Amino acid sequence: MNKVMSNKAVIALYVLPALILIVGLIYGPMLLTGYYGLMEWNGMASMTFVGIENYIDLIQDPKFWESAKHSFLLAFFSTLSLAGYLIVSLVLAGKIKGSDLFRKIYLIPMLLSSVAIAQLWIKIYDPNNGMLNSLLMSMGVETPPSWLADTNLVLYAIFVAILWQYAGFYIIIYYAALKGIPESLVEAAKIDGANPIQIAYKIKVPLISGVIKVTVVLAIVGSLKYFDLIYVMTGGGPNGASEVIASYMYKKAFDTFDFGYGSAIAFFLLIITLIVTWLTRKLTATEDEVQY
Amino acid sequence: MTLLYIALIIVAIFQIYPLVWLFQFSLKSNAEVFGMSPFSLPQDPRWENYVRVWTDGNINLYFFNSVWITVASVLLTILLASFVTFAITRMYWKGSKLVLGLFMVGLMVPIHSALIPLFSFFLKLNLIDHPLSLVLSYTAFNLPLTIMILLGFYYTLPREIEEAAVVDGCSVHRIFFQITLPMTTPVLATTAIINMIYNWNEFVFVNTFISSDKFKTLTVGIQNFIGQYLTDWGAIGATLMISIIPILIAFLVLSNRIVEGIAAGSIKG
Repeated sequence: MNKVMSNKAVIALYVLPALILIVGLIYGPMLLTGYYGLMEWNGMASMTFVGIENYIDLIQDPKFWESAKHSFLLAFFSTLSLAGYLIVSLVLAGKIKGSDLFRKIYLIPMLLSSVAIAQLWIKIYDPNNGMLNSLLMSMGVETPPSWLADTNLVLYAIFVAILWQYAGFYIIIYYAALKGIPESLVEAAKIDGANPIQIAYKIKVPLISGVIKVTVVLAIVGSLKYFDLIYVMTGGGPNGASEVIASYMYKKAFDTFDFGYGSAIAFFLLIITLIVTWLTRKLTATEDEVQY
Repeated sequence: MTLLYIALIIVAIFQIYPLVWLFQFSLKSNAEVFGMSPFSLPQDPRWENYVRVWTDGNINLYFFNSVWITVASVLLTILLASFVTFAITRMYWKGSKLVLGLFMVGLMVPIHSALIPLFSFFLKLNLIDHPLSLVLSYTAFNLPLTIMILLGFYYTLPREIEEAAVVDGCSVHRIFFQITLPMTTPVLATTAIINMIYNWNEFVFVNTFISSDKFKTLTVGIQNFIGQYLTDWGAIGATLMISIIPILIAFLVLSNRIVEGIAAGSIKG
């Protein structure tokens, strides 16, 4: 048995292709990004080593900090919205008829491409013929805002589209976790006279705290690297009001061909992602993991 | 109780109505879009919007590219991920934990922090503006998640059948292809669908690596198409509908597997 199943040649044959792919296309590039950040480079001609100049420029670049602020705002709102998804999931996981259908309907937007979602929401927010402003005007609002052109509103308008896109994703995760709670625990609490809200708050939520922790990390990290929808919907505009770290990096590298600076931003994004992941896990760590 | 239902229904309307609205304006003429209430039903449904964008732009070409690039990447990902998962869960070797860890950390790396070196790498290999750059990137970036989903399933498979096969003198390759792989069909279907949805909708890699129309996929193709037809809402609506219909059909047929796959893929505690 052991002899056949520990054949080194077979193991190498099975593992190496995938390993080469992820080292070559994920880990190698990831490290190179940090290295390219030390270069002055337009992507084509030869590179010049400039040391940490790009990183110093980055720290002094108000546009970069503006985009970082937007990324963190999105991360903050996304984390807050988790509470709403959790409540919806608690309701759905209760003995409610049609919860299966509801879950499936909620999930549909998550399956669509960001480009399609972005184009759809551009139409929804259209100042003249869009769904939203027509609705507002029929309700008597005379001059509804032009959502995506208003520097004060654009980020929130985008956030609503993000909510729409991801609601089903988080609801599915919470629902699956809640369904994993043994029925006997809930029954016991009922016999002890707990009402549904107490059961939810004192029993169900603590029992799925591990999963909640994961979704907090997913929401924050996902928001920090958010790109597609914003890039298509507004291109970071108007006037940088919806620029985020990833869209700023993309513009610097692929629109202005400042690959060294773009790499510095990308490396910063990687580091901040790793730090935030580690920090959220640390901060939300529960002292004693719950046992069923 | 009624209140809860009303809340759930409001959320459902918020999630689904934008798509219904999109379908409505995909069947309208510009006169209807600009002259009537956006909530009105199309007077005389213009299915020719669909025919027009399908034949007029390159939508059919983009559609075909999306199909084959998605299928090729999904097959490659599933095959390589199955190899790795089999070697890690079924075979005995030092360093299997380390290799598994390497794959799992890959889940965390943002695409953007690898994008610029990938671009210059493919440029050197003459793979910029070549579909192979997409297939390889999709495979690499989907491997960690796919392995993670497969892993949970492989641990539940009984070892006895494989052990019996070894005793009978079966080679490892035969065990993998004729015994283990067929047993994983249910989870392969789940991972295939998750992979399909991700690849079909992928934007950053296509937008960065591919420049000529003949290799563009639907996501980037419709983006350019819409750029040219800014005010023709009917055409835009029809284009968007064409891009989402395959996913919606897959969802209607296989929704349970999709839900399962998302739940399995996301809880990585």
